[in-house]
Amino acid sequence: MTTALPQDSVSPPDELRTTPLHALHRELGGRLVPFAGYEMPVQYPAGILKEHLHTRAQAGLFDVSHMGQVRLSGPDVRAALERLVPGDLQALGERRVRYTLLLNEQGGIRDDLMVTNGGDHLFLVINAGCKRDDIAHLRAALPSSISVEPLEDLALLALQGPAAALVLGRHIPGIAALRFMTVTDAVIGGIAVAVTRSGYTGEDGFEISVAADHAEAIARLLLAEPEVAPIGLGARDSLRLEAGLCLYGHDIDETTTPVEAGLTWTISARRRAAGGFPGDALIQRQWAEGPERVRVGLRPVGRAPARDGTEIQDPAGQRVGIVTSGGFGPTVNGPVAMGYVAAAQATPDTALTLIVRGKPLAATVAKLPFVPARFFRGGTL
Amino acid sequence: MKKYTKDHEWLRVDGDVAVVGITDFAQQQLGDVVFVEVPEAGRVLEAGKEAAVVESVKAASEVFAPVSGVVIEGNAALSDDPALVNRDPEGEGWFFTVRLSAPAELDGLMDEAGYQSFVEAQH
Repeated sequence: MTTALPQDSVSPPDELRTTPLHALHRELGGRLVPFAGYEMPVQYPAGILKEHLHTRAQAGLFDVSHMGQVRLSGPDVRAALERLVPGDLQALGERRVRYTLLLNEQGGIRDDLMVTNGGDHLFLVINAGCKRDDIAHLRAALPSSISVEPLEDLALLALQGPAAALVLGRHIPGIAALRFMTVTDAVIGGIAVAVTRSGYTGEDGFEISVAADHAEAIARLLLAEPEVAPIGLGARDSLRLEAGLCLYGHDIDETTTPVEAGLTWTISARRRAAGGFPGDALIQRQWAEGPERVRVGLRPVGRAPARDGTEIQDPAGQRVGIVTSGGFGPTVNGPVAMGYVAAAQATPDTALTLIVRGKPLAATVAKLPFVPARFFRGGTL
Repeated sequence: MKKYTKDHEWLRVDGDVAVVGITDFAQQQLGDVVFVEVPEAGRVLEAGKEAAVVESVKAASEVFAPVSGVVIEGNAALSDDPALVNRDPEGEGWFFTVRLSAPAELDGLMDEAGYQSFVEAQH
């Protein structure tokens, strides 16, 4: 066997940070690995396969406290942040949440993030690995009248899966009526929390922001529910891949634009026409003319997974792209991948070749997502 | 005679033939195995070089040949049911059989007690 076996560590190396649930992960038998500067559970004893399927069948609890939570406040804060992202924040109603992108001047993606309109402020959730750069960028690029406040004393839990609303409803009456991409203040077991109907698994579910010193109590309360199992980062990755969602640093980065990444749905007609975000001219032109390469889904034929970095060729053996995320999809029950290919090769069912360990592996372009999204589409709250 | 490597492979040796697989410790570390590629009959293996591939949900790992020799048979059952490696790693989940070309290589491998203390010392 290779040396690539993940090792269980007894105590985290000094440079790794931990979340408020670290002791609980240990207690639950989580296998702790370094991820984005944190020591995080990649899986629990059930294993990635069972954790993945459990989330799609019932409900999974994820610790995503490594992600950055940031409060922006000051005059015209929505207009100010619109200078850095292509999302339509002027049209974002109070308590509504939007997925958007921090862009660079070349239209590349610095980070993907969630923005919540908190009325007198904006609340951002950013990627763990981008936290430091994002905060420096926000401070440098926003007017000095806007305060950028990293909320280091908050934890973030995600409860995802078809039973999530039922389970959370036992603790927060009426929460099942919360609309998709909306936040509400609530109380669980006497603890104040902010609950958003959102997630990154393709399932219905919630994200719960809570003071760090109460996070473990909330987690224990939810894990005590019969439908809920703890889920590690391994299944979080396979769930988001099946859902066709981008992983920052893999499927999107500073060199990919929203047009290439298939994320133009995050840009409203007003913002497309008016611009006013980094790289706007380039993105508008690319959107109008069509990009040279685009992100697609890929289905390898057979059982062998194709991983990040796998070369993609056309049937003539010409290199046409590269895999950016790939693995085994437990719900699909087969290998799934995403990657960038030349626009001419991007039509679903196009036959392509993946070069896995030096050998050609047949694959076809597939529609994303691999597993249909089951977001909650009703609600009154 | 059963032998073990520091790369977490086991060999069950009978004369000049060995059955090779990965240890229970290795399968636990890998997690759910979803794909296995075993060598074809007749392939010449060199000790320490890649012999097979095992993929879990999360990652791909190479399995190195613990000894030099010629492959007699790859375990065809693993292509239909790779999870055999998790369920019965040191039995039905074997990877391949090999005819040893340098049996003296076995002397450098660990016995069961040696492997157990090797694993314990690491963790």
